[in-house]
Amino acid sequence: MNIFKAIFHSSLGKKYIMGLTGLALFGFVIGHMVGNLQIFLGQDKLNAYGAFLKSMPKLLWVARIGLLACVGLHIWAAVKLVRENRAARPDRYVQAKRMGTSFASRTMIWSGLIVFAFIVYHLFDFTIAPDYTGHDDKGRHDIFKMVVLGFSNPFSAIFYLIANCLLCIHLSHGVKSLFQSLGLSTGQFRSLFNGIASATAWIIFIGNTSIPLAVLLGFGKEVLK
Amino acid sequence: MNLTLKIWRQKNADDAGEFVTYQAKDVSPDMSFLEMLDVVNEGLTSKGDAPIAFDSDCREGICGTCSLVINGTPHGGQKATTACQLHMRHFKDGESITIEPWRARPFPVIRDLIVNRQAFDKVIQSGGYVSASTGGNPDANAIPVSKHNADTAMDAAACIGCGACVAACKNASAMLFVSAKVSHLRHTPPRSTRERSTCPFDG
Ligand code: HEM
Ligand code: SF4
Ligand code: FES
Repeated sequence: MNIFKAIFHSSLGKKYIMGLTGLALFGFVIGHMVGNLQIFLGQDKLNAYGAFLKSMPKLLWVARIGLLACVGLHIWAAVKLVRENRAARPDRYVQAKRMGTSFASRTMIWSGLIVFAFIVYHLFDFTIAPDYTGHDDKGRHDIFKMVVLGFSNPFSAIFYLIANCLLCIHLSHGVKSLFQSLGLSTGQFRSLFNGIASATAWIIFIGNTSIPLAVLLGFGKEVLK
Repeated sequence: MNLTLKIWRQKNADDAGEFVTYQAKDVSPDMSFLEMLDVVNEGLTSKGDAPIAFDSDCREGICGTCSLVINGTPHGGQKATTACQLHMRHFKDGESITIEPWRARPFPVIRDLIVNRQAFDKVIQSGGYVSASTGGNPDANAIPVSKHNADTAMDAAACIGCGACVAACKNASAMLFVSAKVSHLRHTPPRSTRERSTCPFDG
């Protein structure tokens, strides 16, 4: 069997695609969070970080296209797998007791799709069509002010909070099943990987929500004067 | 004890099927679940009604033929117990019990609670077997197998091919069955080169 067919036509291959693209997206989520947390180091540090990313446009575009491909493949495989899974049981049980499935695992497709909608909104909000495009006194795009302005709108801030909640629910199951899909979650490693999954989901939840929460509570409002 | 049974009745694969409610009276708590159904069936036959079709063979928990989803759980709620070994004492007097067949596309209903599990045979035919030469018993220990491998193979060999894993899996997947067969054979002595080269179960 040729390798392409083996990967794209088998459910196992699609699980590998889910797992590897999920891993890449997970890596991005961590990097993105660490970068953004520099907001707490102040306006100068955050704007410098933004200017630094923009200073290497080639690398930036490679990363963007790579991530876009990952998102595309991840969603494609997810939708295919979910449809195949549903088709495998055309007649549902009238009374079915749930066994060994968590809330997160049963709602992966929904948490994933809502997170995707959020990603699109987020890109328009801060990257494609930001409301605020002004510059700081060093002539750099004033990201700090843009973020504070953005999250001063409570609706926007609350949407970020909800989306990150869903993202972390998604990751709490996603990260552990990624090791399972790749066949690494065996024996004594299983509890280690499950632990990593819950721990990182919590860390990302706290890290990512701390920014809109801080702004809602008044952080950085001096730049709005 | 007296029970209300909600049982799936379906004439054949093409019939839509429906639940029919039966009363099981004076059930002994020492009966197995299948014996309880036998008694209900005797009542139906004596009235001239068609008995409820369900699968069974060994009735001692080793053959994997019985296949009932009882109150939403394949084989019922008793841990590591097949439906034939599930006793009525685990139910309460007056309880209402729902009984359905395995539900999965690869397991079409033949009649009532009986499903066709030939899909498992196809998996086995694709390489889940060993060829054994007939004749006298081979010498013990002629082929060394480590204790660890023997134990692992034995654990996997506990799979009786009943299909409850497919019935229980939210994706109706046979992963557990297939992996039990793979681990079973993988940990037993190597097979002839011909079998190894064509067999997807070899790793
Ligand atoms: C930041 C974005 C995302 C990250 C970091 C992420 C991460 C992951 C990871 C690591 C997995 C585990 C893969 C595996 O089972 O091996 C996973 C599974 C899954 N993801 Fe995502 N994901 C993201 C976005 C999405 C989106 C937008 C969807 C929308 C369809 C989605 C749908 C799913 C589904 C349905 C599964 C389970 C697939 C299955 O095993 O049946 N994810 N995700
Ligand atoms: S692995 Fe599946 S088929 Fe084998 S005994 Fe367990 S439930 Fe039955
Ligand atoms: S009838 Fe043999 S296991 Fe139940």
